[in-house]
This record gives sequence, structure tokens and C-alpha cells, in this order.
Amino acid sequence: MHRVWAMIERDLRRFRRSPVLVLVSIFVPLVQLVILGYAFGGKVKNLQIGVLNEDHHLPSVRLQEMFQAVAANAQTFVTIPYSDRAAALADLKDGRLNGVLEIPPEFSRKALDGGSPQIGLAEDNTDPFSSSAVEAVLNELMPVYNGPVVGPRASSQATLEVVEVYPYVPYIQYLLAGTVVLAIFVSAMIGGGIIFIDDKARGLHEGYLVTPITKFELILGFNLAGTLKAVIAGVVLITLGSLIAGVPHPLDPLRLARMFVLVVLTSLALISLMFLLMVRVNDPLVPRAIFGMLNTVLYFPSGAVYPTQSFPAWMKCIASVDPFTYAVHGFKQLILKDGTLLAIRQDLFFLALFTLVSMVLGTLLFRRTL
Amino acid sequence: MAVIEVRDLVKRFGEFTAVDHLSFSVGQGEILGLLGPNGAGKSTLIRMLTTLMTPTSGQAMVNGYDVVREAGRVRGSIGVIPQAMTSDLELSAWENLVIFAKLHGLGRDQRRQVIRDLLRDVDLEPWADKPVRMFSGGMRRRMEIARGLVHQPRLFFLDEPTTGLDPVSRVAVWEMLARLRASRGLTILITTHYMDEADKLCDRIAIVDHGRLVALDSPLKLKASVPGRNILEVSFAGVKPDWADTLRQLPDVADVHAEETVFRIFSQNGPRTTLALIEASRAAGASITSLAVQSTSLDDVFVHYTGRQLRDGLQEPGAAESPYLFKR
Repeated sequence: MHRVWAMIERDLRRFRRSPVLVLVSIFVPLVQLVILGYAFGGKVKNLQIGVLNEDHHLPSVRLQEMFQAVAANAQTFVTIPYSDRAAALADLKDGRLNGVLEIPPEFSRKALDGGSPQIGLAEDNTDPFSSSAVEAVLNELMPVYNGPVVGPRASSQATLEVVEVYPYVPYIQYLLAGTVVLAIFVSAMIGGGIIFIDDKARGLHEGYLVTPITKFELILGFNLAGTLKAVIAGVVLITLGSLIAGVPHPLDPLRLARMFVLVVLTSLALISLMFLLMVRVNDPLVPRAIFGMLNTVLYFPSGAVYPTQSFPAWMKCIASVDPFTYAVHGFKQLILKDGTLLAIRQDLFFLALFTLVSMVLGTLLFRRTL
Repeated sequence: MAVIEVRDLVKRFGEFTAVDHLSFSVGQGEILGLLGPNGAGKSTLIRMLTTLMTPTSGQAMVNGYDVVREAGRVRGSIGVIPQAMTSDLELSAWENLVIFAKLHGLGRDQRRQVIRDLLRDVDLEPWADKPVRMFSGGMRRRMEIARGLVHQPRLFFLDEPTTGLDPVSRVAVWEMLARLRASRGLTILITTHYMDEADKLCDRIAIVDHGRLVALDSPLKLKASVPGRNILEVSFAGVKPDWADTLRQLPDVADVHAEETVFRIFSQNGPRTTLALIEASRAAGASITSLAVQSTSLDDVFVHYTGRQLRDGLQEPGAAESPYLFKR
């Protein structure tokens, strides 16, 4: 075992001299967390909607006031009054507006006569996020406008009462789980992929191969050293990320202890995966070349940025064997729901099994000769 | 007793035979130099003897252990300096040695003493705590030699340890090896391209070409085995086409090689042949434009046994051929 510790000590001493690896593996995902978290933010806001009221009678004014109420409260859009239809449509085409709401001249008369009054929405549908957000707000608004000003005392209509089990989750908190796993992955990719192959190409491994260290000790040393660095990256990111994203009780020791268990298992799984992928590689270009592809194949199907339930069947297949999926699910339970280890036992079991299978395959493929 | 015993050793990479039925032995305390052109199979041989490669056939015993069946015991009993610089650049010299001492299972107290002694022996004591990336090529090589000796082996393999070093560093490394051999009773198997150094340091020299052993003897005997003890390199103006035949008739001449107007005359007695050459030239009306007389060197031995042909050809790709390998 002292030889395994020698390999770990070597890696940690190198890391202490040049902590770039962990800095990069923390900094890059952290930037992504902040940029993506605030860029998407969970809700679309401040869209520019031109309002062209060609009617000006009481029903149309009431409608216009409702638009302004949305602008003042939910802030989905801000309204900009227009008197010239051509100018409003030109601004829509030029991208200065996201949509134009048109209240036609006969709107109030038809509303008072019961003649099916209509308003028009010309929208920039090249941006589906914005157009669907405007449509959703207006679809909620119209029944309210059409309903009675004073409601009946008793109603036979069924309504939906939504009960939110957890406090509101901003998108940045939703992203945090995937970001922690990404930080561990970047550390595994650089430490277990790029540096591992660079060391091999430089002949460093040749130096170790002529010592009495056994194949098993060598593999254990490489993997445990990589895991330690990945754990450091994961722990730092979960702490910093929780503080930045405003997760409740970010420094609760029990919560941190649960996170630590998952960080360790995730690190072991991703390091052993990297070892398996790199065990027969000699060319230093290979890990660099597959970095982006691996990131895409593992990160996006995992549910880190979008729910896996909505994926097509083939992507669900990838997700079902992707260690990211189980790690992300586990972190979401712990971060967003303050769950227990019992609640994520299936994720922990999969990550442990994945580590075991990868290590066994990697050991079988590892050659102690050149 | 033989420390290294190689019998009929073969290594093939597909159709290519890198080591072709090699047999030799190395005695206790001996320094054996392996010489040969690039691609001759020297590094492959060392890699088999140090358990980094498995032989295709044949047998090799190192320190009494079989390199295939008792590879672990072989590794514990030898020191190896591979061809590439394999130190951890981010670590200090001391740290590099500590890691390898631990890999060899040395205890803390023994470790400290051994490392201190070794750093003193390789003249790196003042730089023990500096990162190896700040070292010159010669310093790195000396540090690696210390690293190879950290577990105090009695048998040391060095694969081209001085290639790429400046002349001063080269001399320092070889002098250090001679010192270490004397003080630690080392047996050394070394490959090199530098004939003069092999001449000074090695007890015996094995010349390997195309994976085969073409000569194995002491430097003196190898030099004696080349026709002529002296070589006269002479240029003439106005000589007849059969001038080489005339030169072959001169006293003590063993052989003559001609390249246009330059003639290399291999002689058993340089001074006598030189005097006769001057007489013969005068008689034939040929004028000598330059004349140099030299003793047979290992370079001549090398060329004699391996020929002058360039060894261009494809080799088995490996870590040593990686574009990312930091070569000296």
C-alpha cells in the first residue's frame, strides 16, 4: 500500500506546485453556472410589445390597462404605444419589438354588441422562447378580461389549486447540480485524461514501470490520486456554487456531509471512466480531441440543463447508462430538496457499480509493459 | 558469476525482427557498452532486460531471475535510466528521489540517508530543493542517475544517458558513472553513440546491428580486430586509375579504400608505410596534397562492423517517437 501512497503523494505534490488543474476545473463550470443561470433565469422578462389601439373606447382602454398591469407586475413585457400601424410593424421586422398587439377600430362596438371582438398579435416567431412567453401571458389574460367583473358567490366550475412542495427554485439553483458534476468531470478529464497521457508520452510512466510497483498498485495510485483532485474540485464548487446560487443553509454540516459522499462517488465513477477510455491511448492529441465530444455526450443527456423525460428514446438510452445522469439526479435531490442519502440510494448504487465495472475493465486492458 | 545471461533472445514486431537471436553475458562489476546504429535493437534489448518488453523467444536472466517469470524480482534488483528524461519536472530533485525511494519500499530513516548520499555523489546537493524544470539537461540526467540508484541496486541499465548533453556535461556524467561504479561495485550495461566515451569507460563493447551481435570484446581487442593499426588518409593530385593497387603493394598495408582522390590506407605500421608512400608517390610523379596518420579508433571499429550505409527506415512507433516527448 505504501507504493500506492507514493503515487498519490507524487500527484498531490505536483498539484500543490501547479494548482492550475483544480482552478480550471472549478473556474470554468462556475462561470458557466453564473452566466447560464442568470442568462436563462427561469422566466422571460422585459419583452418589447408595441400596442396599437385604434379603438380608444372603454372596452379597449380596459384591455390596455390589463396589459400595463402585466408590464408593472410580472414584467413579462413592457408596452410601447403606437398610433401608426406601419411604423409598429416596421419596428417588429427590424427587431426593435418582440410583438405588436393591435386593438382594431370596431373592437369596443363588437364587445358591447356581443359580436365576437378580436385583438391581433403580430409576433416575431423566430424567437420561440419570447413568442411563447407572450402568448402564454395573453392566453391567461383573455379569460380574465372576458369574465364577469364581480364573480358569482358559488361556482360549479372546477378549478386547479397548485401547491408548491418546495420553495421557488431559480434556474441557477437548478443548474448547480449539473455544474458540480461538470467540475468533477473537467478535473477527471484534465487529470485523468490529458495529464495522464502527457505523462505517458513523456516517458514518466516508463520510470514507474521499472520499479517493483505492481499493476494493481499502479492503477489504484493513478485513480485515487485523480479522485482526490476531483473531490477537491467538487467540494469547492458545491460550497461556492451554493453560496452564489443562494441555496438555503449552504454550510449546514449534515447537508455538506451528504454532498461529500456523493462528490466522492461521482469522482470515483468519472475518474474510472476516464481511466478506462485512456488505458490504451498513447497519443496526447486524443484526450484533447475527445474532450468536447465527451462533454456533450455526457453532460447534456443527463438532465443537467433539461428534464430527461422529454428526450427521444435514443437519448434516454444514453442517459440511462450515463454516470452524469445519476450524479445530477442525486445532487438535485440533495441541493433542491435537502434529501437524504437513503433517497438517492439508487444513484449511489449505480455510481458504485459503474466505478467497479470501469475499474475491472480498465485493469484488464492495462499493460504493465510498453 | 554472470549478472546478466542472455540466451538466444528474439523480439519481433510483426514482420520486423528488432532483436535476432542475441546471446551474451555480463560479469559482476563489468561495464558492457552496447553500440549500434539507430534502430539496431539496443533499446529493445534493454527494455526486455528491464522487463518493459516481453521477449518473443529465448531467455534472459538478470541477477539470477528470469525476466519473464520473475519480472518483479528483476525490477527490485536493478536500476534503470530510460532513454527519455523521465523526471517529474514540477517536483524538486529531493521529491523525485523520495517518491522513487518509496516505490522501492525504503523506510524513512534509510531514505533520508540514501538520498543525501546520492545527491552528494551526483553533485546536486545545493539544488536538492529546486524544481527539476529549472535544471539543465546534464543536471537532470545526474538526478535521474541518482534516482536509479536510490534502492542501491548492484546492476544498472542506462539507455543513451549522455545523448544530447553538451561535452562538459557528458564528461561529468561519465566520470560520475566511473566513480559510482568504483564506490558501489556496480555492474553497468550502457548504450551510447559516443565511441570515445565507450572506449574510456567500458570493459567490453558489444556491437549490435540489425538486431544481431556482430562483435563483442574489449575496446583494445576490437580495435586490433580491424585491419591495420593505423589509418593513413591521403589526397593526391595526378594519379593513375590503378593507383590503389600500387598502394596495396606498400609495406605493412592491410587494405586500401578509395573515394575519388582520397585514399584510406589501413597499415600495421603507420610510420614505415608513410615513408614508403612518399617514395612511391615521388617515383610515380604523383603529388601528395594532404596526409594524415591516425590510430584505429572505435569509430573505425564501428564502421568496420556495421558499414557506412544510412539506416533510413520505419520503426515500430512508441512513446519514444511521440511528438510530445521532451527529448534532450
